[in-house]
Amino acid sequence: MANKSISHGADSRLEIESTFKDRLSYLGRLLWRDRTGVVGILIFTTVVIAAVFAEFLTPYKPLDQDLYASKMPPMWEEEGSPEHPLGTDNLGRDMMARIFYGARVSLGVSFFGAIIAAILGVVLGAVAAYVGGRWDEIIMAPVNLVLSLPYLLFVVFIASVLGSSLLNVILIFGVTNSPIFARVTRGEVLKIRESAYVESAISAGARWWRVLLFHVMPNLVGPLVTLISFQISAMIFYEAGLGFIGLSVPPTVPSWGNMLSEGRRYISSYPWLTTMPGLAIMYTSLGMNLLGDWLRDVSDPRTRRSGR
Amino acid sequence: MRAQPLLRVNDLKKHFYIPTGLFGQETIEVKAVDGVSFDLNAGETLGLVGESGCGKSTTGRTVLKLYRPTSGNVFFDEKDITSIPGEELNKLRTRIQMVFQDPYASLNPRHTVKTIVSEPLVIHGLMKGAELDERVKELMELVGLNPSYMKRFPHEFSGGQRQRIMIARALSVNPDFVVCDEPISALDVSIQAQVVNLLQNLQERLGVAYLFIAHDLSMVKHISHRIAVMYLGKIVELAGRHEIFDNPLHPYTQSLTSAVPIPSPKMERKRQRIILKGEPPSPANPPKGCVFHPRCPIARDICKTEVPQIAEVQPGHFAACHFAGTPIQDT
Amino acid sequence: MASILKVKNLVTKFHTVDGVVNAVNDVSFLLEDGETLAIVGESGSGKSVSMMSIMGLLPMPPAKVEGGQALFNSKDGPVDLIQLPYEAMSDIRGGQIGFVFQDPGTSLNPILTIGKQISETLIRHLGISGREAKDKTVSLLAEVGIPDPTLRFDAFPFQLSGGMRQRVMIAIAVACAPRIVIADEPTTALDVTIQAQIVNLFKELRVKMGVSTIWITHDLGLVAGLADRVLVMYAGQILESAQVDELYENPKHPYTIGLLGALPRLDTQESKRLVSIDGTPPDSTILIHHCPFAWRCAHAFERCWNEKPALTTVGEKHTVACFYAMEEGR
Ligand SMILES: Nc1ncnc2c1ncn2[C@@H]1O[C@H](COP(=O)(O)OP(=O)(O)OP(=O)(O)O)[C@@H](O)[C@H]1O
Ligand SMILES: Nc1ncnc2c1ncn2[C@@H]1O[C@H](COP(=O)(O)OP(=O)(O)OP(=O)(O)O)[C@@H](O)[C@H]1O
Ligand code: SF4
Ligand SMILES: [Mg+2]
Ligand SMILES: [Mg+2]
Repeated sequence: MANKSISHGADSRLEIESTFKDRLSYLGRLLWRDRTGVVGILIFTTVVIAAVFAEFLTPYKPLDQDLYASKMPPMWEEEGSPEHPLGTDNLGRDMMARIFYGARVSLGVSFFGAIIAAILGVVLGAVAAYVGGRWDEIIMAPVNLVLSLPYLLFVVFIASVLGSSLLNVILIFGVTNSPIFARVTRGEVLKIRESAYVESAISAGARWWRVLLFHVMPNLVGPLVTLISFQISAMIFYEAGLGFIGLSVPPTVPSWGNMLSEGRRYISSYPWLTTMPGLAIMYTSLGMNLLGDWLRDVSDPRTRRSGR
Repeated sequence: MRAQPLLRVNDLKKHFYIPTGLFGQETIEVKAVDGVSFDLNAGETLGLVGESGCGKSTTGRTVLKLYRPTSGNVFFDEKDITSIPGEELNKLRTRIQMVFQDPYASLNPRHTVKTIVSEPLVIHGLMKGAELDERVKELMELVGLNPSYMKRFPHEFSGGQRQRIMIARALSVNPDFVVCDEPISALDVSIQAQVVNLLQNLQERLGVAYLFIAHDLSMVKHISHRIAVMYLGKIVELAGRHEIFDNPLHPYTQSLTSAVPIPSPKMERKRQRIILKGEPPSPANPPKGCVFHPRCPIARDICKTEVPQIAEVQPGHFAACHFAGTPIQDT
Repeated sequence: MASILKVKNLVTKFHTVDGVVNAVNDVSFLLEDGETLAIVGESGSGKSVSMMSIMGLLPMPPAKVEGGQALFNSKDGPVDLIQLPYEAMSDIRGGQIGFVFQDPGTSLNPILTIGKQISETLIRHLGISGREAKDKTVSLLAEVGIPDPTLRFDAFPFQLSGGMRQRVMIAIAVACAPRIVIADEPTTALDVTIQAQIVNLFKELRVKMGVSTIWITHDLGLVAGLADRVLVMYAGQILESAQVDELYENPKHPYTIGLLGALPRLDTQESKRLVSIDGTPPDSTILIHHCPFAWRCAHAFERCWNEKPALTTVGEKHTVACFYAMEEGR
């Protein structure tokens, strides 16, 4: 009686032989279902390609000045020319080249910043949750303090103390962003450790390291990957913010923030000097946000809907 | 003379200390389990019933040493689980397993059914490779699941199916004893019967002993050989399943058995109900004397001061009441 | 007996991203004056949604009542609750029809004292003064068995136990002497001894006030001692309806028979295995054009897969929607 395998009501599915056309339409459905992810990845890839292959994608160097061709509008405007598709700035530097090379700074700072923040934060949060007691308090007190400060103000303060260099910016972002990772990690670890499936693993004889490796970590990956992609998107903004007030990388380095800062003076007469880097920032962080959303869904088997 | 019981629980206590006050400077002592003793024989089912918060789950968990007991002993096969070293305890864990109440929370959502079912075997390094695969298939068939579902994730199953997965996992290491903590409470009536039948069939075939925790008295009576009734951290009555219903000695048991709904309108109309006044007090602040006295219809002065000890009032029938067996006048 | 509520062909769907959930599929029933009607069914069978559709309590969207009538014999003559404008509906809700929810924890406002919550209902529906309302509230609290009602008037919900909160919910539901009380699993979250108290309270109130009750539950044991008539719901439909004695002694639908067999009997000594119903209820996102129980039914034959059985009378006040039962009955 009990051994009879139970019927599955309306749930039973027919196995259908798949033809090439079926598979193609299946692929189509997959792409459509994950359209946010597809768009996110597309955006993300274009930015990475622009950053990595900047040398090959544009004949100009970001610092090449050509005062004869200064303040040229983008090519779709009357005075524009296809030689400088996005125009030139007040010193005649090619906007497109600056944006492509600038992507290196934005991506580099936000990626490495997020990675450092994640590593630091995860270790802190995991120790706080796992060791608990005194250590929990010692770790979480400064973490909560930092999280209660207005973030941009805090970063501006540190940056102005430390001075501007690429490494400094990365380190500042890494350190100041680690508290959010610490808090999320601690919360997730505590939640997972309290969960019935961990209790069930312990009752089956699992040691603490097995619980950490097979139960806590896999359930942590989803929230963390998502958080990382959102943080990257945020850091692209913050880097631009810092650059805007001259506290990011030195002015000689082309970065989107520096471009905004320099273009500010000409915002009414030569608006493309600010709109171009502004659009680049929006485009990239939109991509990262879409990617983050999608990663949250796919990293969880419960929301990873089947393609059937 | 009966053989030694498989499990002997002796005056087990588990008190929780909860910090309170603004800075956690004070603690409240919650006597979740306060002096529980019982035996369990191989292949037997002992039902543990009682109201929410009376300490059933804590008892089950402390017996498995998921919680460190405050005091008392748990002898499994003559070995004291409460004091043996961790190494040895972990070996014993192949013989003791647990099935949890909530079939939705107790399966890791990121693991496939195969990983879940085989985890105890993997932890103890008992099997791997093709042998493990075979065993998982066999277990899934044993609990009535299609082995082709091995690669699926828990959320793709219904509550009853998940509980089967949990049972397959518990049985993977051929345990002698399984603690079932409300394994059917979260399931629909028509599904409950599937799981209960499965547990009974498996007991017949494999000779497992169960500690079956539930608050549904009628289901407990159906599946158990003996029943223990808990109230506020203590066992107030323990007897054979028919005995508990036909001849309840403790006033709490009497009211409990009279309150169980019977699915028969005719019988319901004939029944005398003993409806208790009030509600169970908090285990953080249990009454003095007999913990049941504030709600007890037959309480007298002695009940307010003296704690009644559990005693074998009739052969094999234990009760903890100064006036065990006194009938309750209809209220 | 006159009927006080007549529900006809009620259809309710949820339009969600995962598809259309067919929550209530053509439900019709009568509630007679002074009667206690129990609706039993498994989780997801549409018990709550059918009641909430009638009371206009569903979030719309995603919910949509796509058809049907609910004729209520109100004080001012018959009205169709489904068509009633919002204002008129909220006059009836809490006034002529009271509602007790499953979870007493979440259906009381946590930041208002219970006294205030009850007296507000009284002021709103009966138009009495604050002082009068307070007196009436205290007597209501006493009536539902809350000790020290004057003291408890100022208690907040969190200061009360689950059983006490459920008593407060009941006090609110009966405050304005309603014609109907709908109780949605009012004892599911409570312990057996507290459940017995609440059931008893309901029986007393019913005798005292002569109110008609709809009691939603999945516990067939509870229904036996409580209801006059029972509706068995499955997959958004009513499969069987009968007087309580008739249903337990002479169940006709294979599902009802299965449910009763799945319950352990306290009245017998020998222990037989329970009768289990294999399988699970169907996915509510597919629209079923045959018997919804056919997948799990041991008696299903060809017709069960081709047509949907309609409720057919098989005895006095006994209707069943099953081809097998109908043929057998002949
Ligand atoms: N980890 C814990 N820390 C503090 N108190 C706890 C803990 N676990 C349980 N308790 C308390 O101990 C008492 C007994 O809880 P337990 O979970 O054993 O009850 P139960 O009989 O299983 O109830 P239920 O039927 O609701 O599952 C309760 O008052 C509960 O609040
Ligand atoms: N807000 C909602 N959105 C989408 N679907 C819903 C919503 N509320 C209910 N449903 C669906 O409607 C169907 C009927 O649900 P309903 O709450 O009426 O069941 P029930 O019989 O009351 O079950 P229970 O015993 O669990 O309370 C179910 O399939 C449910 O998933
Ligand atoms: S109609 Fe057919 S399938 Fe449905 S319950 Fe009756 S016999 Fe079974
Ligand atoms: Mg419990
Ligand atoms: Mg409901």
